[in-house]
Amino acid sequence: MAILSLQGVSKSFGALKVTDDVSFSLEPGEALGIIGPNGAGKSTLFNLITGNLRPDAGLVRLDGRDVTGETPMQRCASGIGRSFQIPQPFDHLSVYENLLVAARFGGAMTAAEAPAACMDVLARTGLAHLADRKAGGLPLLNRKRLELARAMATKPRVILLDEIAGGLTDAECGELVATIRAIHSEGTAIIWIEHVLHALTSVVTRLMVLNFGKMLMIGAPEEVMAAREVREIYLGLDA
Amino acid sequence: MKNSHSLLLFVVLVAGLALVPVLGSRALVQDLFMVLCLLVLALNWNMLAGFAGLVSVGQQAFVGIGGYAMFAAVILGGLDPLAGVLIGGVVAMVLSVPVAFFAFRLNGAYFAIGTWAVADIARLGFGQWKALGGGTGTSLPKGAARDMIGADAVKEMLGISAAAATDAMTYWLALALVAVMMLASWLFLRSRMGLGLQAVRDNPVAARSVGVDPLRLKALVFLLTAFGTGICGGLIFIQIGRISPDAAFSLLDWTAFVIFIVVIGGIGTLPGPVIGVLVFYGLEQLLADYGTVYLIVLGCLGIAIMLFARRGLWGAFIERTGFDPLPLGHAAPRPGA
Repeated sequence: MAILSLQGVSKSFGALKVTDDVSFSLEPGEALGIIGPNGAGKSTLFNLITGNLRPDAGLVRLDGRDVTGETPMQRCASGIGRSFQIPQPFDHLSVYENLLVAARFGGAMTAAEAPAACMDVLARTGLAHLADRKAGGLPLLNRKRLELARAMATKPRVILLDEIAGGLTDAECGELVATIRAIHSEGTAIIWIEHVLHALTSVVTRLMVLNFGKMLMIGAPEEVMAAREVREIYLGLDA
Repeated sequence: MKNSHSLLLFVVLVAGLALVPVLGSRALVQDLFMVLCLLVLALNWNMLAGFAGLVSVGQQAFVGIGGYAMFAAVILGGLDPLAGVLIGGVVAMVLSVPVAFFAFRLNGAYFAIGTWAVADIARLGFGQWKALGGGTGTSLPKGAARDMIGADAVKEMLGISAAAATDAMTYWLALALVAVMMLASWLFLRSRMGLGLQAVRDNPVAARSVGVDPLRLKALVFLLTAFGTGICGGLIFIQIGRISPDAAFSLLDWTAFVIFIVVIGGIGTLPGPVIGVLVFYGLEQLLADYGTVYLIVLGCLGIAIMLFARRGLWGAFIERTGFDPLPLGHAAPRPGA
């Protein structure tokens, strides 16, 4: 059974339709990439999946169960983890505490098991040496790593990554991709919005193109990238 | 400094303060009683504004409700004033539920104004309670405070007058309230819920996405601080012995001064309110002979600290020295440890 599925999901902000009748499903352990021009409604789609926004129409299902009316807290507890496009650390908490919150609440870990789990995630995301530093003062790369680490600490079965490679150098990006690939190889399903295509296509097995809130195409990455309409709209080539 | 050292220092300080009614004058006991009560209110307000991000300007509502409930329990119910204090806390907590229901729909400045409006409605409402003197208020029946449970024992033990024994009793209760509030705050903030609360304060959207329910935590803090504030209100009005709507629901006495204390001491830190109340009391003693000049100096000091040390005296101290004897944080476990 699909771990996550959307069925006819739509959302408008005033007269602007930001998500227009989107349907797809994600199998357990699958990695799906989402691309599309700025303003295509990619982050909005994430907010609909996590419950930060309620759709005007359509259903969101987790393991076949309708969660459309559930809060972000409930969906996190059910196994959806996310990273934000603009990192949202808890500034006055340490890096370690940022993860501890996620592990104790979303991950429902006990006081005994959470510390080791958090340290494990910090080690895997290259943040272990910064564990006791306040999250507010971190530079961009480490803030991005923290977004990923904090989402991992909630023990997600589906992890949503929103432009996590954006603004990084090639080397930094490569490191992050290796971490993401490792998470994926352990069986966590991934939905990843990204403009850095080579990073994205090195991980995902399916690619979705969004434009003006509509799902333009979904399929194997090479097929999607070869499609003429995708090249026109997404890459801005003349017809 | 280890936590055990902090705890030892805390116990020594509390024990030292507990000796004041035995060794000090009655005037000092009365003065320090008010200081301790202001500290209780400050600790409560700091939890609300400093940790839960609920900047209420209406906490005087719960002081007044606590005071009035205590008076009602004694005058109308014929109960012991100490039972009245407890009832005051419970009534304040119960009434904080409908207050939260309305005020939690408001955010930031609107929440502040909303709570203020609620407190004023409470003031006007309790002014209609004819059995408790209406707008002019009423006094505790003669002897009610002196016949309080335990007052006789204190009188015998210390060999003092009944009135002084009442003062000593209320003083010790205020001290106990301070100690309990400080310990409870510390334990709460170091707990899972305290960690969640600090996450919510920093970033509510991110907190929700890692499973923390901001509304639930804030509501819990609002209810618990209403209880603490209500108990303190009951205690204050045993000592004063007289209640009126204007005194019980005084914005200046029970909220404005309290905000001043927390802000100069260090909002969002545990020792902040303690430092703040010491500065407040020190200034009061120093400038007692100058009348309104006192308030002007207080105002200027508040403005200066808000401009130059935004996290208050304690916050500035931690920033300068890096020394924090009461850390609320959770250190990462050392590898191999």
